[in-house]
Parts: sequence; C-alpha cells; structure tokens
Amino acid sequence: MEIPYTVQARPDTGIYNAKVGIWLFLASEVMLFGGLFSAYVLLRVGADPGTWPHGWQNVTLGTANTLVLALSAVTTLMAWVACKVGQFGKFKFFHACTLLLALTFLCIKMFEYHDHLTHYEIHLADGRIADGHMMENDLQKDYVTIDGRYVSDESALIDLRAQKDIKETELKIPRSEIKDMQNYGPWHNDYLALYFTMTGLHALHILGGSIVIGYLWGPGRKMWKTDPQRFTNRVEVSGLFWHFVDLVWIFLFPVLYLT
Amino acid sequence: MDETVHQFPAYRGDSHDHHDAHAHHDPGFWAKYIFSTDHKIIGIQYGFTALCFLLFGLFLMLMMRWQIAHPGQPIPLFGPLLEKVLGNVQAPNGTISEDLYNSFGAMHGTIMVFLGVVPLAFAAFGNYVVPLMIGAPDMAFPRVNMASYQAYFLGGLVMLVSFFIPGGAAQAGWTSYSPLATSIPTEGQLFWIIGMILLITSSLLGAVNFIATIIQLRAPGMTWMRLPFFVWAQFVTAFLLLLAFPPLEAAAIMQLMDNVAHTSFFLPTGLAIGGHLAHISGGGSPLLWQHLFWFLGHPEVYVLILPAMGIVCEIIACNTRKPIWGYKSLVYSVLAIGFLSFIVWAHHMYLTGMGTAISTFFQTTTMAVSIPSVIILTCFFISLWGGAIRFNTPMLFVLAFLPMFGIGGLTGLPLGFNESDIHLHDTYYVIAHFHYVVAPGTIFALFAGIYYWFPKMTGRKMNEFWGRAHFWGSFIFMNVVFQPMFAQGMAGMLRRMSNGGANYSAAVNAQNGLDVIGGLSPFIMSLNTWILWGAVALGIVQIPFIVNVFWSIKHGEKAGDNPWHSTTLEWQTPTPPPHGNFAAPPRIYRGPYEYSVPGHEPDFMPQNEPEISPALPKISPVPAAH
Amino acid sequence: MSDSHPVDFNSYVRRCAFIFTAVICAVGLMVCVSYLPHYGWPAKVAMILAVASCNAFLVAGFLMHLLSEKKMIYTLLAFTVFFVIGLVGLTVFAMNDFPTGTQTH
Repeated sequence: MEIPYTVQARPDTGIYNAKVGIWLFLASEVMLFGGLFSAYVLLRVGADPGTWPHGWQNVTLGTANTLVLALSAVTTLMAWVACKVGQFGKFKFFHACTLLLALTFLCIKMFEYHDHLTHYEIHLADGRIADGHMMENDLQKDYVTIDGRYVSDESALIDLRAQKDIKETELKIPRSEIKDMQNYGPWHNDYLALYFTMTGLHALHILGGSIVIGYLWGPGRKMWKTDPQRFTNRVEVSGLFWHFVDLVWIFLFPVLYLT
Repeated sequence: MDETVHQFPAYRGDSHDHHDAHAHHDPGFWAKYIFSTDHKIIGIQYGFTALCFLLFGLFLMLMMRWQIAHPGQPIPLFGPLLEKVLGNVQAPNGTISEDLYNSFGAMHGTIMVFLGVVPLAFAAFGNYVVPLMIGAPDMAFPRVNMASYQAYFLGGLVMLVSFFIPGGAAQAGWTSYSPLATSIPTEGQLFWIIGMILLITSSLLGAVNFIATIIQLRAPGMTWMRLPFFVWAQFVTAFLLLLAFPPLEAAAIMQLMDNVAHTSFFLPTGLAIGGHLAHISGGGSPLLWQHLFWFLGHPEVYVLILPAMGIVCEIIACNTRKPIWGYKSLVYSVLAIGFLSFIVWAHHMYLTGMGTAISTFFQTTTMAVSIPSVIILTCFFISLWGGAIRFNTPMLFVLAFLPMFGIGGLTGLPLGFNESDIHLHDTYYVIAHFHYVVAPGTIFALFAGIYYWFPKMTGRKMNEFWGRAHFWGSFIFMNVVFQPMFAQGMAGMLRRMSNGGANYSAAVNAQNGLDVIGGLSPFIMSLNTWILWGAVALGIVQIPFIVNVFWSIKHGEKAGDNPWHSTTLEWQTPTPPPHGNFAAPPRIYRGPYEYSVPGHEPDFMPQNEPEISPALPKISPVPAAH
Repeated sequence: MSDSHPVDFNSYVRRCAFIFTAVICAVGLMVCVSYLPHYGWPAKVAMILAVASCNAFLVAGFLMHLLSEKKMIYTLLAFTVFFVIGLVGLTVFAMNDFPTGTQTH
C-alpha cells in the first residue's frame, strides 16, 4: 500500500502531507526564534539604563538586505506559480534569481560581520579609549593604526544615533599605552552577542534554504518530467520555508538595526 | 504514476504484491536493517538503542549509590575497570572522585530522560504501533523518520564519547545551569550541548512525522473519536516536543556561544570564578537560562508520562475484556494536560527569588494541570471495576503502574505549592517524587508494552514465568529504593551530594560541636545502605528480562496474529506486519474498545471487522448497561 | 495541489508587484520612524514593531497564502502564537516580580 495524500489533498483536511509537515516545522521554528527574541527582550529590558547600544549597525546595508530578501520571497512565489501553470522555463529563471539574491544577502552579511570584527575598542593606560577600525596591526611594529577617535568614557560609544558628525581620523597608538584591546565580536557585549547569534542562526537558515532550493533547481528538477504535481508541491513547501526565513528577517531587521 | 521514484523497496517477498509492475529486489542487509525507512524497523532500532541506554543509566546510578552509601571506598568489581577506563584523576584507586560523581549525576539524568525513556516511550513504541493502529502503510515521511533516528544515534554517541575526553563528561546536572555550566574548565559541557542539539533535532523531526501521520493517514472510517487512546497520547506528546523543545534549543545555542565565543548571555556582571573576576562582558542573566530550560523541562515530563498512559489504557482494555470507562474524558484530559503543561514551568524555580504574584500564578496553573491527570488515573481505575481481569505479565505491570503513578503524582503536590516547596526543593523528596512517576511509573508501562507487543513483532510470546519474576522483583525493589528517599528528603537531605550527606549528618555535627538535632539522623543516613542494596537487587532482577527478550525471539511460545484477542488494528495484520502493513486501506467500523459486546460471540470486535451481515438473525437491542 | 482552481500567472505578477511595493514602503517607514527626533525609544520601538507586524502580515498572508489556508493550519498557528506570548510574557513578568523589599534597582 502506497502512502496516500502525498500529492492529492486529503478530503477532510484539504491539505497534502508535506504541507502539514512544513507548517508544523515552521511552528517549531517560530518557537525557536521566539526563544531568541525572548532572550533579546529580557536582556534589553533588564540592562542598566544607558548601556544598551543604538546605531551600531549600518542601516543602509540592513535595508538593502531587507529588500533583497523581500524580492527573493517574490521570486520564490513566482517560481511556484510558474510550476502551477506548467512553464518550467520560467521556474528555472525565477529560482535562479532566488539563489542569486540569497547569495547577495549572505555576501552583505559577511561584509557586515567583517566590519564588526575589524572594529576595535582600545583602552589606554591614561584612561582614554580609542575606538575605530583597525588599519594596521603588524606585530613587528610597536604601534597599531586605527581609523577612529578618542573618547574619554565608554558611555560615549553606546548611543551613536544621538551623536552627530563623528569625526574619524587615523590614529597611531603605541602598544606600550594599550591596556586592553577588544574587537566588536559577540564577546564585546550582550547586544552584539544577540546580533551575531540571531543573524548567524538566520544566515544558517538562509544557507539551508538555498541548498534545498538549489537542489530543486538543479539535480532535483528531474522530477518535473516524472511527477510534475509532486515537484510543484516540493517547490511550494520549500517556498513556504523561504518565506518564513524572510518573515524572521522582517522582525530581526528593525529590532537589531533600527531600535 | 508507475515511474514515480520508488521510495521504499519492498523487503518481504511474501508480502502482498502491491508494487505490481515493479520487480521485487531484495535490499541488502544495510538498506533493510540499518538504513531502513520502514517505521517498524525504525521503531525497533529506537527501542533497542534506548534499552541499551537505560541499562547504561542504571549502571551509572549503581555506582553513584555505592559512593553515597560508602563515600570514598573503591567500587567492588567495577572499581579497577573504572580506573583503567577513566584514569586515576577521575577514578583514583577505583573510587569515584567528586567531579566524577557530578558527571555521573548529570549524565544519568540526561541519558535516562533524553536517550532512554523518551526514545523508548515516544519514538520506539510510537513508530512501531501508531501507523498500524490508524491503518496507515507507514509514517507520512519515511526518510525524515530515518533521519530522526540517525540524529538520535549521533546525539547518543556524542554523549557517550564525552565520558572519555580529558576532564570527562558534563558535570553541571541534567539542567546545565549557567554560570556553572560555562565555568567548568573542561569540554564536557560543550559535548553535552552538541549532543542535546542533535537530540532536539531528532525529536523535532519525529514530532512533525507523528502529527502529520495521525492527521493525514488515518484509514477510512478512523475518525478522531475512534482512535485508540494510545494514539491520542502520542499525538499530544508530539505537540509537546514540537513546541517546547525549540526554546531549549535556542538556549543551548546561547550557552554554546557563552562556552565557545565567550559571550555573556547567561553570565551576570561581576561574576567571579575561582576568586577572580571573569573576563566577560557581563550583563547576562542566569535566570534566563532557567526560564528557557524549564519551558521545555516541564512539558518534557509530560512527554515521559503520556505515552505510558496510552500503553496502560490499551492493556487495561484488552485484559479486562471491557471498554475503557470515560474515553471522552480521557481524550479531553490529555488535551488539557498538553495545553496546560506549557504554562506551569516556573514551579521548578520557586526558590529563585520570584515575587508572590508570579509564583501564585504558576502555583495555580500547576494545581490545575494535576486535575486532568487525576481524571485519567480515575478512568483507568474505574475501568477495572467489573472487568474479567487477566493477570498476565503486561497486566501486572499496568496494575502496579496505577498506584505507583498515584504515589508519584500525589507527592508532587507539596512540590507544586510554593510554600511547602521552600522546604522540599532540591532535597531527596524531589528525587523520590519524580522517580516514582518515571521509574515504577513510566518504565513499568514500557515493560508492559514490551511484553504486550512482543508477539506482534516476533510471532512469539515472552516467557510468562520469568516475566512475573521480573515484575515482582522490579516492583518490590523499586519501592525499596525510592520509598526511603521521601523520608530522607523531608529530613532535609539535599540532592547531588557526593558523600550521601555525611557533612550534614548528626554524627559530624556532634564532632564539630554543632547541634545534633539539626543534622541528618543515623537512621536517615543508614537508609543509604538500604537503598544501595535495593538498587543492586533491582539491577539483578533485570537480567531475567534481558535474557527473556533475546531467548523468546527464537524459543518463545508461538503466538498467532492476535494472541491477546485485542480489538485494535495492529493486531489485525499478519505477524510481523509486512512492508506497507495493509494490502489495501482498512475500513474502520467502530471505536477501539468494543469488548464483550452483548450478543456478539467472541468477546471482542476488531475495529475493521465489518458489520454483521443482515442475513444473520437479528439481535434484539440490549440496553446499554456498561 | 490541494485546490484545483487554475492559477493565473499575470494576476500573480500584479499581486507580487503590489506586495513588494508595500514591503518597500513599510521598510522605508520603519527607517524613518527610527530617526524621528522627538520620541523616546519605547515609543519608537512600539511604532516600529507595529509597522513590522503589518509587513509580516503581508508576507504571511499573501506570499505564504496564509489568508486562504485551511482551518487546521490556523489552529496550529494560534496555539503557537499563544505559547510564544506565554513564553515571553511570563518570563518578563517573572523577572520583574520581586518579593517586597528585595528589588535592587
């Protein structure tokens, strides 16, 4: 006996099996990201006043990424529509776009991560703090060069939104004056920990979704010839996952970049 | 449709020829037994692996109980082996060091819960029985099913390997509280987190499969209210796993980041480790870990008990030869338990300094969730009344389950009240409570399930004499082990003490000039010895069971397709059921517990047996007296 | 597929163009709100999250076909949403409820 309702809908529920499966899985993903968002809410609400950073992200890049993902959600839907109307050529085109947009998203993300990881906060012996991007960190030399500014207190580094016209110049800092040096990685503070963890997990989901869509676009397209309905269902189900990943970003972007 | 991808190769040449046009090709050993997508093979894989882990967890417990009763003394028999395997830092001269005790404690809990009971109760029994009970050919997603077993296997492997790395396995309890979990300078916690992520993935995949299967693949006529209660129980359990595990996965990822990337999700500002300020960013919250952990932790305990209740229901109906009393109450109660279990979790956190408003909220919901549990147990008790009880081995275990779960459940009530919990939290009372529910509770139901469904899997019954010996031994010694712990807990003996509370004993108090009355009395301390020998006896009594399982596969009394004369669908198939289970979708005509129907000759009516033909003499309607 | 009604390619193109435009506008609105000078962060967060929710509704409702989904899916999602709210809400409540006199700040 074959497994029923893999392609045809079951009459009383009106859905085929894989669709039930993917919505169940998405419900669990809502709980997963919900757990992370609850951590965000708690850590932010519980933080001491004036210690939660603002304006530490590049809003332009974040907005670009948001639009890239939104467009990829549209191309994903159109790929499914193309399958429904039997136009396989259009399916190939739309999902090729989806994959390229996903790649763009990940590249922008990598750039952002790199930008954070090369941004250093250097505590000096005289109590000042030098903050900026590392230009030169040659261990043979007895100084480091950053492109940044001096501040007298950490609180000046927290709310970048409130500060206008931050001037950054090239600073040469002798190693002998450096008390402590740390880059803006997840270890730097809880905001960055949340940023890297949440966007990192999200990026892994983008990667996973891309692999599945890539499989359907590539080796998996054989099924279009043998069982087009089942193939269309697979496109729909993977599309639902992709839309969910876009949904998560719709909340991640404002929460991490804009507030 | 004939050219569709051939999903699951038939492996039984004698099965009904439902793959018509295709030639049967017999898959090799690996495809048939190791990389199978057949739910029955996967169920057996889960069952066998889980039973091995349960045995391993038992060994860990025996060694811990030795250390508690005889602190610092080398373990008889196994001491030298332990030293050889784990080195003389963790096991100097065959004794258990304090760190090793903590490792054993953490891993005993983790292994029993996540690698033993849940895979056996949910995945093993569920996989084997649920598709058969609903008239389906397999699970909805067979390859996802295989993937979920493989993730479980890998997770288990990671957990086992962690014993052998330098520094040993995780030591921070099965609850892995931060900051302790992040402060221990060994890799054991890291392995624990990675193992947990694999196990959670396995459970999520399994949960999706179960729910989709039960919703979509019920045979024609199998309406929701005709489902055997076991299926309802598995359905709710799957939902608990689906929705409660992910926040723990999120928390595990954050604890992983704390461990590896030196973030401070759960590490507060000003944390000092070993007397020095930790070099962290701070700002984190240890309580956040607890909330996220227990959000899963509480539904998890219902995951442990609900499949057991399902098994108990099936065995009671079959062995009393009458319908279960209160089927609808059972269904609504299990749904209520599932829903309420999500909003009670902070009763594990009463001592974290929470205010009265929130602790009252959680106390109220905790009391509320005990009501459907009592309803379920009451329905089972009432079901026994007036039944023609057959005292076979499965029934003995089920009959013992009822009062044992009753004790476990009732002793949970003082823990659910925030005030009495102040005295009892983190004492042996808690250990006694949850072991009563899981050990003579769930595990007895699982034993019952093994004895009950063994004939369907193998075509032979397990030996009845040794089954009874296994039962009586387990029943007596479970109580010898866990009953004294209530007294110990109420006297104030704390959990997780590697020397059995010696520091707090009256004897030590007297030596140090402290008040003897505040210490643990010699009687309470002596109970440790009783418990040790009870545990050893409990372990020995499992040997006939293990031998029975393997011996009966080849030499057990031959059983037909339906040796227990049960009404549910899994007994209406050949033995063992062929690949694809049914030649054609079975048609269901009635509910699951039509036993002793008045006027009907055999005292049971299988669910798929068609209605009596009109040509036969009409039976005058009998007033429904039962 | 579950429903057998024919799918009109061009109507989907129009629908997608509309949704994408709406998403662009919503994103632009959120960015602008975040730069508004006269509001405190709590107010801005509330406004931004409101817009984000509308954005999510568009994506979920139209791109994921949630608006034409079956009752069973709605039931599943309703429970999920309830439990997420419970998780976040009860946890925030728990961490801000202190026995009298023990609150440190």
